[in-house]
Amino acid sequence: MTRESFRSPLARALGLGAAKSGVQHWWAERLTAVALVPLCLWFAASIIAHAGSDYAVFIAWIRTPLATSCMILLLIALFHHSALGLQVVIEDYVHSGVKFVAVIAVRLCCYGLAVVGIIAIVRIALGG
Amino acid sequence: MINNGTTDGNSTPTRPRPLSPNIQIYRPQLTSVLSIANRVTGLILSLGAVGLVVWLSAAAAGPQTYRVVQDVIESWAGQFALFGCTFAFFLHLCGGIRHLVWDTVHGFELRSIYISGWTVVAASIVLSAAAWTISLFVAGWHP
Repeated sequence: MTRESFRSPLARALGLGAAKSGVQHWWAERLTAVALVPLCLWFAASIIAHAGSDYAVFIAWIRTPLATSCMILLLIALFHHSALGLQVVIEDYVHSGVKFVAVIAVRLCCYGLAVVGIIAIVRIALGG
Repeated sequence: MINNGTTDGNSTPTRPRPLSPNIQIYRPQLTSVLSIANRVTGLILSLGAVGLVVWLSAAAAGPQTYRVVQDVIESWAGQFALFGCTFAFFLHLCGGIRHLVWDTVHGFELRSIYISGWTVVAASIVLSAAAWTISLFVAGWHP
Protein backbone atom coordinates (compact mmCIF):
# COMPACT_ATOMS: atom_id res chain seq x y z
CA MET A 1 0.00 0.00 0.00
CA THR A 2 1.43 3.35 -0.98
CA ARG A 3 1.50 6.32 1.36
CA GLU A 4 -0.73 8.38 -0.93
CA SER A 5 -3.58 5.93 -0.66
CA PHE A 6 -4.22 6.96 2.95
CA ARG A 7 -5.43 10.32 1.72
CA SER A 8 -9.01 10.53 0.55
CA PRO A 9 -9.68 12.01 -2.90
CA LEU A 10 -11.49 14.89 -1.16
CA ALA A 11 -8.47 15.67 1.05
CA ARG A 12 -6.24 15.66 -2.01
CA ALA A 13 -8.65 17.88 -3.95
CA LEU A 14 -8.84 20.39 -1.08
CA GLY A 15 -5.05 20.42 -0.81
CA LEU A 16 -5.15 20.44 2.97
CA GLY A 17 -2.21 18.86 4.75
CA ALA A 18 -1.51 18.17 8.40
CA ALA A 19 -1.79 21.90 9.13
CA LYS A 20 -5.53 21.66 8.27
CA SER A 21 -5.27 24.70 6.08
CA GLY A 22 -4.05 25.33 2.58
CA VAL A 23 -2.83 28.47 0.91
CA GLN A 24 -5.50 30.84 2.25
CA HIS A 25 -3.03 32.84 4.38
CA TRP A 26 -0.51 33.19 1.57
CA TRP A 27 -3.23 34.02 -0.95
CA ALA A 28 -4.90 36.63 1.31
CA GLU A 29 -1.52 38.28 1.92
CA ARG A 30 -1.00 38.59 -1.87
CA LEU A 31 -4.57 39.73 -2.52
CA THR A 32 -4.32 42.51 0.09
CA ALA A 33 -0.84 43.42 -1.24
CA VAL A 34 -2.22 43.83 -4.78
CA ALA A 35 -5.07 45.98 -3.41
CA LEU A 36 -2.67 48.08 -1.31
CA VAL A 37 -0.38 49.07 -4.22
CA PRO A 38 -2.86 51.47 -5.92
CA LEU A 39 -4.57 52.44 -2.62
CA CYS A 40 -1.27 53.38 -0.94
CA LEU A 41 -0.01 55.29 -3.98
CA TRP A 42 -3.31 57.21 -4.13
CA PHE A 43 -3.10 57.91 -0.38
CA ALA A 44 0.53 59.05 -0.56
CA ALA A 45 -0.20 61.31 -3.57
CA SER A 46 -3.26 62.78 -1.79
CA ILE A 47 -1.34 63.48 1.42
CA ILE A 48 1.45 65.16 -0.56
CA ALA A 49 -1.13 67.25 -2.45
CA HIS A 50 -2.65 68.33 0.91
CA ALA A 51 0.66 69.13 2.64
CA GLY A 52 0.21 72.25 4.75
CA SER A 53 -3.59 72.26 4.27
CA ASP A 54 -5.75 73.40 7.18
CA TYR A 55 -8.45 71.33 8.91
CA ALA A 56 -11.34 72.51 6.70
CA VAL A 57 -9.56 71.60 3.45
CA PHE A 58 -8.56 68.19 4.80
CA ILE A 59 -12.14 67.44 5.95
CA ALA A 60 -13.55 68.60 2.59
CA TRP A 61 -11.16 66.17 0.84
CA ILE A 62 -12.18 63.20 3.05
CA ARG A 63 -15.85 64.02 2.30
CA THR A 64 -15.47 63.55 -1.45
CA PRO A 65 -17.00 60.17 -2.42
CA LEU A 66 -13.72 58.95 -3.95
CA ALA A 67 -11.68 59.76 -0.84
CA THR A 68 -14.28 58.28 1.55
CA SER A 69 -14.48 55.05 -0.47
CA CYS A 70 -10.73 54.72 -0.99
CA MET A 71 -9.93 55.46 2.66
CA ILE A 72 -12.32 52.72 3.85
CA LEU A 73 -10.89 50.25 1.30
CA LEU A 74 -7.36 51.28 2.36
CA LEU A 75 -8.11 50.66 6.06
CA ILE A 76 -9.63 47.22 5.34
CA ALA A 77 -6.73 46.09 3.12
CA LEU A 78 -4.08 47.69 5.38
CA PHE A 79 -5.20 46.05 8.61
CA HIS A 80 -5.94 42.68 7.00
CA HIS A 81 -2.43 42.72 5.48
CA SER A 82 -0.92 43.83 8.83
CA ALA A 83 -2.72 41.05 10.73
CA LEU A 84 -1.44 38.41 8.29
CA GLY A 85 2.12 39.77 8.27
CA LEU A 86 2.38 40.19 12.05
CA GLN A 87 1.00 36.66 12.54
CA VAL A 88 3.88 35.24 10.45
CA VAL A 89 6.42 37.24 12.47
CA ILE A 90 4.96 35.94 15.74
CA GLU A 91 4.86 32.35 14.46
CA ASP A 92 8.53 32.62 13.41
CA TYR A 93 9.93 33.99 16.67
CA VAL A 94 7.54 33.08 19.51
CA HIS A 95 7.57 29.40 20.38
CA SER A 96 5.90 29.27 23.79
CA GLY A 97 2.24 29.30 24.78
CA VAL A 98 2.43 33.08 24.43
CA LYS A 99 2.32 32.50 20.66
CA PHE A 100 -1.43 31.81 20.55
CA VAL A 101 -2.22 34.70 22.88
CA ALA A 102 -0.06 37.00 20.75
CA VAL A 103 -1.62 35.85 17.44
CA ILE A 104 -5.14 36.33 18.84
CA ALA A 105 -4.25 39.73 20.36
CA VAL A 106 -2.72 40.96 17.09
CA ARG A 107 -5.76 39.82 15.10
CA LEU A 108 -8.20 41.49 17.47
CA CYS A 109 -6.15 44.71 17.63
CA CYS A 110 -5.95 44.89 13.83
CA TYR A 111 -9.69 44.33 13.37
CA GLY A 112 -10.44 46.80 16.18
CA LEU A 113 -8.18 49.48 14.69
CA ALA A 114 -9.71 48.96 11.23
CA VAL A 115 -13.21 49.53 12.68
CA VAL A 116 -12.10 52.62 14.66
CA GLY A 117 -10.51 54.05 11.50
CA ILE A 118 -13.55 53.30 9.32
CA ILE A 119 -15.90 54.86 11.91
CA ALA A 120 -13.69 58.00 11.93
CA ILE A 121 -13.96 58.23 8.12
CA VAL A 122 -17.75 57.70 8.21
CA ARG A 123 -18.12 60.33 10.95
CA ILE A 124 -16.19 62.85 8.86
CA ALA A 125 -18.08 61.93 5.67
CA LEU A 126 -21.54 62.19 7.26
CA GLY A 127 -20.78 64.89 9.85
CA GLY A 128 -22.72 68.14 9.74
CA MET B 1 39.84 8.95 20.96
CA ILE B 2 36.50 8.97 19.17
CA ASN B 3 36.11 12.23 17.27
CA ASN B 4 32.70 13.46 18.43
CA GLY B 5 33.79 16.10 20.92
CA THR B 6 34.03 13.65 23.84
CA THR B 7 37.03 11.72 25.14
CA ASP B 8 35.40 8.29 25.19
CA GLY B 9 32.42 8.70 22.83
CA ASN B 10 29.85 8.26 25.60
CA SER B 11 30.20 10.98 28.24
CA THR B 12 28.89 14.55 27.99
CA PRO B 13 30.61 16.43 25.15
CA THR B 14 33.29 18.85 26.33
CA ARG B 15 32.05 21.42 23.81
CA PRO B 16 28.62 21.99 22.27
CA ARG B 17 27.70 20.20 19.09
CA PRO B 18 28.29 22.35 15.99
CA LEU B 19 25.30 24.33 14.70
CA SER B 20 24.37 25.13 11.14
CA PRO B 21 25.59 28.54 10.01
CA ASN B 22 22.93 31.09 10.92
CA ILE B 23 22.21 34.80 10.70
CA GLN B 24 25.05 35.79 13.07
CA ILE B 25 27.62 33.92 11.02
CA TYR B 26 26.71 34.76 7.43
CA ARG B 27 28.12 37.98 5.99
CA PRO B 28 25.21 40.32 5.25
CA GLN B 29 24.26 40.30 1.58
CA LEU B 30 21.82 42.48 -0.37
CA THR B 31 19.39 39.57 -0.59
CA SER B 32 19.33 38.81 3.13
CA VAL B 33 19.39 42.47 4.18
CA LEU B 34 16.39 43.29 1.94
CA SER B 35 14.52 40.23 3.21
CA ILE B 36 15.03 41.37 6.81
CA ALA B 37 14.28 44.98 5.83
CA ASN B 38 10.94 43.97 4.31
CA ARG B 39 9.95 42.39 7.61
CA VAL B 40 11.23 45.26 9.77
CA THR B 41 9.51 47.88 7.58
CA GLY B 42 6.31 45.82 7.84
CA LEU B 43 6.53 46.10 11.65
CA ILE B 44 7.27 49.85 11.45
CA LEU B 45 4.33 50.38 9.08
CA SER B 46 2.02 48.46 11.45
CA LEU B 47 2.91 51.06 14.09
CA GLY B 48 2.41 53.76 11.45
CA ALA B 49 -1.07 52.33 10.76
CA VAL B 50 -1.92 52.84 14.45
CA GLY B 51 -0.79 56.45 14.02
CA LEU B 52 -3.01 56.77 10.93
CA VAL B 53 -6.06 55.67 12.94
CA VAL B 54 -5.19 58.10 15.77
CA TRP B 55 -4.83 60.91 13.20
CA LEU B 56 -8.17 60.07 11.47
CA SER B 57 -9.96 59.74 14.83
CA ALA B 58 -8.60 63.13 15.88
CA ALA B 59 -9.87 64.64 12.62
CA ALA B 60 -13.32 63.09 13.27
CA ALA B 61 -13.32 64.45 16.84
CA GLY B 62 -12.96 68.06 15.69
CA PRO B 63 -10.50 70.88 14.93
CA GLN B 64 -9.15 71.19 18.50
CA THR B 65 -8.23 67.50 18.82
CA TYR B 66 -6.88 67.51 15.25
CA ARG B 67 -4.66 70.50 16.14
CA VAL B 68 -3.14 68.57 19.07
CA VAL B 69 -2.23 65.61 16.82
CA GLN B 70 -0.97 67.94 14.06
CA ASP B 71 1.30 69.67 16.61
CA VAL B 72 2.79 66.28 17.54
CA ILE B 73 3.31 65.41 13.84
CA GLU B 74 4.84 68.84 13.15
CA SER B 75 7.32 68.55 16.05
CA TRP B 76 10.89 67.44 15.28
CA ALA B 77 10.23 63.98 16.70
CA GLY B 78 7.00 63.75 14.70
CA GLN B 79 8.71 64.78 11.48
CA PHE B 80 11.52 62.29 12.09
CA ALA B 81 8.98 59.48 12.68
CA LEU B 82 7.01 60.55 9.59
CA PHE B 83 10.16 60.53 7.45
CA GLY B 84 11.05 57.06 8.82
CA CYS B 85 7.56 55.86 7.97
CA THR B 86 7.84 57.38 4.46
CA PHE B 87 11.08 55.50 3.74
CA ALA B 88 9.71 52.29 5.34
CA PHE B 89 6.56 52.70 3.23
CA PHE B 90 8.43 52.98 -0.08
CA LEU B 91 10.88 50.19 0.81
CA HIS B 92 8.02 47.84 1.76
CA LEU B 93 6.01 48.91 -1.32
CA CYS B 94 8.91 48.35 -3.75
CA GLY B 95 10.02 45.18 -1.92
CA GLY B 96 6.41 43.95 -1.99
CA ILE B 97 6.14 44.54 -5.74
CA ARG B 98 9.42 42.59 -6.13
CA HIS B 99 7.81 39.73 -4.18
CA LEU B 100 4.67 39.85 -6.36
CA VAL B 101 6.89 39.58 -9.45
CA TRP B 102 8.64 36.57 -7.88
CA ASP B 103 5.19 35.03 -7.27
CA THR B 104 4.73 34.95 -11.05
CA VAL B 105 7.92 32.81 -11.22
CA HIS B 106 10.00 35.57 -12.82
CA GLY B 107 13.33 37.13 -11.88
CA PHE B 108 14.90 34.28 -9.92
CA GLU B 109 18.27 34.32 -11.70
CA LEU B 110 21.04 35.61 -9.41
CA ARG B 111 21.69 38.55 -11.74
CA SER B 112 17.97 39.50 -11.83
CA ILE B 113 17.73 39.23 -8.04
CA TYR B 114 20.60 41.70 -7.59
CA ILE B 115 19.26 44.06 -10.27
CA SER B 116 15.77 44.10 -8.71
CA GLY B 117 17.28 44.41 -5.22
CA TRP B 118 19.35 47.50 -6.04
CA THR B 119 16.37 48.90 -7.99
CA VAL B 120 14.25 48.59 -4.81
CA VAL B 121 16.92 50.41 -2.75
CA ALA B 122 17.37 53.21 -5.32
CA ALA B 123 13.62 53.62 -5.96
CA SER B 124 12.89 53.83 -2.21
CA ILE B 125 15.48 56.57 -1.67
CA VAL B 126 14.37 58.55 -4.76
CA LEU B 127 10.64 58.24 -3.96
CA SER B 128 11.15 59.22 -0.28
CA ALA B 129 13.21 62.25 -1.28
CA ALA B 130 10.68 63.20 -3.99
CA ALA B 131 7.69 62.81 -1.63
CA TRP B 132 9.26 65.12 0.97
CA THR B 133 10.57 67.67 -1.53
CA ILE B 134 7.18 67.95 -3.29
CA SER B 135 5.36 68.07 0.09
CA LEU B 136 7.57 70.94 1.26
CA PHE B 137 6.92 72.88 -1.97
CA VAL B 138 3.15 72.22 -1.77
CA ALA B 139 3.20 73.40 1.86
CA GLY B 140 4.71 76.69 0.70
CA TRP B 141 8.38 76.20 1.57
CA HIS B 142 10.82 78.12 -0.61
CA PRO B 143 14.56 77.42 -0.49
